[in-house]
Amino acid sequence: MDKTYAIVAEDLRKSYGETEVLKGVNLKVERGTMLALLGPNGAGKTTIVRILSTLLSFNGGRATVEGLDVAEQGDQVRGVIGLTGQYAAVDEYLTGTQNLVMMGRLYHLSQAHARERSQQLLEQFDLVEAANRKVKTYSGGMRRRLDLAISLIATPPIIFLDEPTTGLDPRSRLAMWEVIRNLMSSGATILLTTQYLEEADQLADQIAVIDHGIVIAEGTANELKKKVGVDSAVLSFQTTKEAEAAKNVLGEKSIIDTTKMTVTFPVDAVHSLTQALNALEAAKITVVAVDIHKPTLDDVFLQLTGKPVEASTNSPEAKLTK
Amino acid sequence: MTNTSPFKPEQHSSFYWALSDSWTMIRRNITHIINNMDQLLSVAIQPIMFMLLFRYVFGGAINTGGTSYVNFLVAGILVQSAAFGATTTSLGVATDLTKGIMDRFRSLPMLSAAMLIGHTTADLVRNLISSTIMVAVAFAVGFHPQASFVDWLAVIGILMLFTYALSWMSAILGLLAKSVEAVQWFGFIFVFPLTFASSAFVPTAGMPKYLRLFAENQPVTQVIETIRGLLVGTPIGNHGWLALIWCSGILLVSVIVASSIFRRLGR
Repeated sequence: MDKTYAIVAEDLRKSYGETEVLKGVNLKVERGTMLALLGPNGAGKTTIVRILSTLLSFNGGRATVEGLDVAEQGDQVRGVIGLTGQYAAVDEYLTGTQNLVMMGRLYHLSQAHARERSQQLLEQFDLVEAANRKVKTYSGGMRRRLDLAISLIATPPIIFLDEPTTGLDPRSRLAMWEVIRNLMSSGATILLTTQYLEEADQLADQIAVIDHGIVIAEGTANELKKKVGVDSAVLSFQTTKEAEAAKNVLGEKSIIDTTKMTVTFPVDAVHSLTQALNALEAAKITVVAVDIHKPTLDDVFLQLTGKPVEASTNSPEAKLTK
Repeated sequence: MTNTSPFKPEQHSSFYWALSDSWTMIRRNITHIINNMDQLLSVAIQPIMFMLLFRYVFGGAINTGGTSYVNFLVAGILVQSAAFGATTTSLGVATDLTKGIMDRFRSLPMLSAAMLIGHTTADLVRNLISSTIMVAVAFAVGFHPQASFVDWLAVIGILMLFTYALSWMSAILGLLAKSVEAVQWFGFIFVFPLTFASSAFVPTAGMPKYLRLFAENQPVTQVIETIRGLLVGTPIGNHGWLALIWCSGILLVSVIVASSIFRRLGR
């Protein structure tokens, strides 16, 4: 068994008839770390997670989880993983507690352990008050939290989080990030998929960018960002005249948009924004608003593939996950 | 979260876990019935309405020879309601399949057939409740059975076997269907001719030749005639054996087919 890597995929291939969804994916996740699979809809992220969690067969290559062969030792693999999918896999007609205890029993915990652990998780995920309500009455954020809690009931060493924050409002997303960070500190190995660069950046140790069924870049968030470029600041002004004056102050790297009356310039160091604002104040130019534009998945893709993200809604994966 | 956590799967024989997983899933589905008021109402009210409809609206126009219509009717309406009740299994299975929860179940180290055992067994319990209500109503509208205690046990046994067999068959439909809506139609199209083109509500003697040939030899009629004989003393003849063979055969084949389809999902 591989001592360093808890999840290994080698040349993983999957096709539906003529359509190749995965074209030889290689991944390694070090034990106790988080790898984020970053890519647009239909890139193959969910397919990878479904294969590694034994839900889907594959056509070529090899995959192991905790040293167990995914194709050959499915039953054992299922005993060491926790899966949280894109669509909250909770039972609507059961209460929160009933959901947790049922799944605990199906993970083969004893009745007493299932109950005790459910109580712990309800507290940890801020669901105590809703514990005896039917899940039907839960909000989207509560469902996701319950869903994640369920996948942790048997404290699995490997956790798959398939787009855990897609469709959540910003507040719930931040709460979910906090929960995921806590998971990290407990020593689990996590494979996360996401469409958001910021999410991968915030949470993961390593990021693999995936497009059209193949990994196109790998590295830490910082390594990837260096490839993509830095944050930029967007300053808004009241008149075009002021914007033009500001551009003269800020120099060659700044770009003016006369219709929106904005000036954009790169913020390569922390103090460069302060310097710019001070210079503008000295020149008596009033800044109406400041926006920081962080590199997005679009920027990453533009940089790596030379093309913007394609919404490949016709791919088989998109259909399967709907 | 580390390996020292006490919350780890326990070590028991796989047979122990097979029983435990099945029981967990049966409890899940029974809780569904209790927690779902709408379903519970249909379980209680539908049999009453059907019983009253046939007893009072249609009954007067149907000639059943020596037996009173209400005595003739009870066996047929019990079997018909059990058959339609069994089709709800496909709905439950298809609903789980279209939701994320199926992926969850399939990613757990549980017995794969437990999910189907849960649905079929809980539906069996629900149908037994319906049948009991129906028999109670039958007594209220003039049903006079001659069955002994042992006869009643035999009635319950064969009705359960029949319901369970059809439940497993409809689980197959639920696994194959592409949507929940499609399943509702499938079940209806499938069960409608089997229950109405039978001796459930009218004697087969009045049917056209080929329909009669079908009605007298199809499995549902065997079950009805057996139950009718046990309840009100009409001749059973070979119907009893044929009913047992049909039901056991359907059950066996359906369990094998449904389980193998279930295991192959996503493959």
